[in-house]
Amino acid sequence: MRLIIVMLALLGALLPALAADPSEQLVDPAQEARARALSEELRCLVCQNQSIEASNAQLAKDLRLLVRERITAGDSDDAIKTFLVERYGEFVLLKPRFHGLGVVLWLLPALMLALAGGGAWWAWRRRKALAVPADATLSAEEEARLARLLDAEPSDRDD
Amino acid sequence: MIVETGHFALILALALALIQSSVPIVGAARGERRLMAVAGPAALAEMVAILLSFLALTWAHVVSDFSVLNVVENSHSLKPMIYKVSGVWGNHEGSMLLWVLILGLCGGAVALFGRNLPASLKANVLGVQGLISTAFLAFILLTSNPFMRLAKPPLEGNDLNPVLQDVGLAIHPPLLYLGYVGFSVAFSFAAAALIDGRIDAAWARWVRPWVLGAWMFLTAGIAVGSYWAYYELGWGGFWFWDPVENASLMPWLSGTALLHSALVMEKRSALKIWTVLLAILTFSLSLLGTFLVRSGVLTSVHAFASDPARGVFILGILCAFIGGGLVLFAARAGELSAGGLFAPVSREGALVLNNVFLSVSAAVVLIGTLAPLVASAFGGAISVGAPYFNLTFGPLFVATLLVVPLGPELAWKRGDLAGALERLWAALAASLLIGLLVWWWRNGGPILAMLGLALASWVILGAITNLLARASFASVGWRVGLRRLFGLPSSAFGTAFGHAGLGLTLLGIIATTSFQSETIVEMKPGDRQTVGRYEISFDGLRAEKGANYRATVAAMTVRQDGVEQFQLAPSKRTFLTRSMPTTEAAIRNHGFSQLYVTLGDSGQTPGSIIVRMWDKPLVTLIWLGALVMMVGGGLSLADRRLRVGAPKPGRHARPVAIAGEG
Repeated sequence: MRLIIVMLALLGALLPALAADPSEQLVDPAQEARARALSEELRCLVCQNQSIEASNAQLAKDLRLLVRERITAGDSDDAIKTFLVERYGEFVLLKPRFHGLGVVLWLLPALMLALAGGGAWWAWRRRKALAVPADATLSAEEEARLARLLDAEPSDRDD
Repeated sequence: MIVETGHFALILALALALIQSSVPIVGAARGERRLMAVAGPAALAEMVAILLSFLALTWAHVVSDFSVLNVVENSHSLKPMIYKVSGVWGNHEGSMLLWVLILGLCGGAVALFGRNLPASLKANVLGVQGLISTAFLAFILLTSNPFMRLAKPPLEGNDLNPVLQDVGLAIHPPLLYLGYVGFSVAFSFAAAALIDGRIDAAWARWVRPWVLGAWMFLTAGIAVGSYWAYYELGWGGFWFWDPVENASLMPWLSGTALLHSALVMEKRSALKIWTVLLAILTFSLSLLGTFLVRSGVLTSVHAFASDPARGVFILGILCAFIGGGLVLFAARAGELSAGGLFAPVSREGALVLNNVFLSVSAAVVLIGTLAPLVASAFGGAISVGAPYFNLTFGPLFVATLLVVPLGPELAWKRGDLAGALERLWAALAASLLIGLLVWWWRNGGPILAMLGLALASWVILGAITNLLARASFASVGWRVGLRRLFGLPSSAFGTAFGHAGLGLTLLGIIATTSFQSETIVEMKPGDRQTVGRYEISFDGLRAEKGANYRATVAAMTVRQDGVEQFQLAPSKRTFLTRSMPTTEAAIRNHGFSQLYVTLGDSGQTPGSIIVRMWDKPLVTLIWLGALVMMVGGGLSLADRRLRVGAPKPGRHARPVAIAGEG
């Protein structure tokens, strides 16, 4: 069987594309690419933090075949995910959906960045307000006192 | 007898740690020098006691003393010597002993090399260090005693988990622990400063070498762990966003932030409170990492422990130190005097931005790692995996990398952004050009990958530009510039190497994930397949026997343009005692790229096998970049030693130094 090399060139997808068994692969390269992209977002339920794409477990193989079966049947990615969530629960998705705890998960990064940035800005403003303005000049009286002090100071001291 | 001596030495160490954690702190509070002076000798004695204890356990493993439970469970008389030794920390009890050994060594080092520390600061630092030792020594003695004997010793042991029998994993835990535990010193310094209610630039000067050292070891530990996963697990992946990997990434991120904010504090005595908070948070994340890995909360290859008593105990330690540290911070931070002022566009401002991005990145990793635990506490079950982290951590880190070259170009206090960009325009233009050239050369391709390449080039070329700009090549000509370049302090090179290393790692990641060729196929003897630039023929399988395993080895010949180049022998091993299979990838370097071949399951027809082949461009840069970062850390450390070594630092040299900086 001639094998089609499918390159999943997704930036930031740190997991390189994998498939455990060539006999599972679909003939249509576009469908196979979809199956692989989807498989990377699905958890092998009996493994430790592995996607079904990167696992040798029997269950992962079954799920890979199931995903490909649904794709050939014409289901959309979302439909396949919904189907799997109904069967196995949210646990099967490595990329949490935007509801329940997922809302918190997806919103918190941006919120924290805003908070941290705002906090840094606030702390800087506060520091600046508390400090003496940089362009403050000495009064005439202070100038005179400073001159007296400087004159009295032995010249070999360096601080 | 030796084993009992080790057990006794451990108990003795606990007693010494109790003294170390009480007497000096009381002494510092009352201002009694004699009580404070107890700290140093107590720390040294504790270090020696733990070392004795560790050596005793090592001896039991080396001679395969099967009357010791820990040896029975993790060793085998046929095991090669290096793995008998590394087996000492290849299990829960032994690895915790290694943890406290490093803690003891750190305490001893502070006692030995901290002669110029003010007495009360030193007493408090060692006191806090003693508190940490007490907690962990009690943990080992009460829940994880490695010196337990067996009434009826078996003739043979159960062997070490086969995937752990590897050189990479022999050195991975010690490096990681040197990093984790090294940050304990920063924590102790922070706590001591808060107890004292006093903190100044000198504090940062004492803490920075510790932070640098810990950061270097943590970098090395993560890199070795990542390379191990790459070649041992047989999937060719180098980072899986596994909770255990995240546990080491979090302290690395906040440690990197700490490194930078301590720099601001040392040079400009600004960001003091923030630096203290980061020191507490970084060690807290190290403790959290220890908890996540050791408690068995996350089931993974790394978690050898799944005893709930241990988990609860470590959770207690975790809460005590994180809680204690933060309460101390909340109570006393207000008393610390605020430092120098700066404009938003300045070196300080850039480092604050770096701190914001790094801290938020660490927080994102933390949330993603803990969310499944939180969900399961409420009866739900969710997974957070690579897709989540790539989408959240990814953009944050891209933003961080974008500003990396700008920081060193900005002056302290008030910087000139236009001037900085003017000096960097060549690096910027070259980076974009590199992205475009690769795009043209590959006949198109994913835009994001090209932007990633441009970003990596920007970070690397930016780091080089920073150095050249400091030597002011542009204005004085190359002859004087070159002389100035070699006259720069080694910390300037440290910064450049650190940043360039980051860029190299990114380059490796982008090149590998975007441009690798992959072939997965079932092969019969005589079959030929191509992957990337290579043509690989499968010549057949043969059986081999190792010291404690049996192996199936595939013979392969690799050709390029029809010319025979070299042989490859990927294999699968089955370890005798645990009948557990491991894959041994065949990896061949080609410049910075690698050809990577592993064996899968047996195929449909007899004698055939599933072969996975990758041609991974520039993949080694991922880890070489980490090495370059470490060299950068080492250069900065060398610079510090020179200045500390100077007879009387400060006073007389000061006006010159300021003139030089301006």
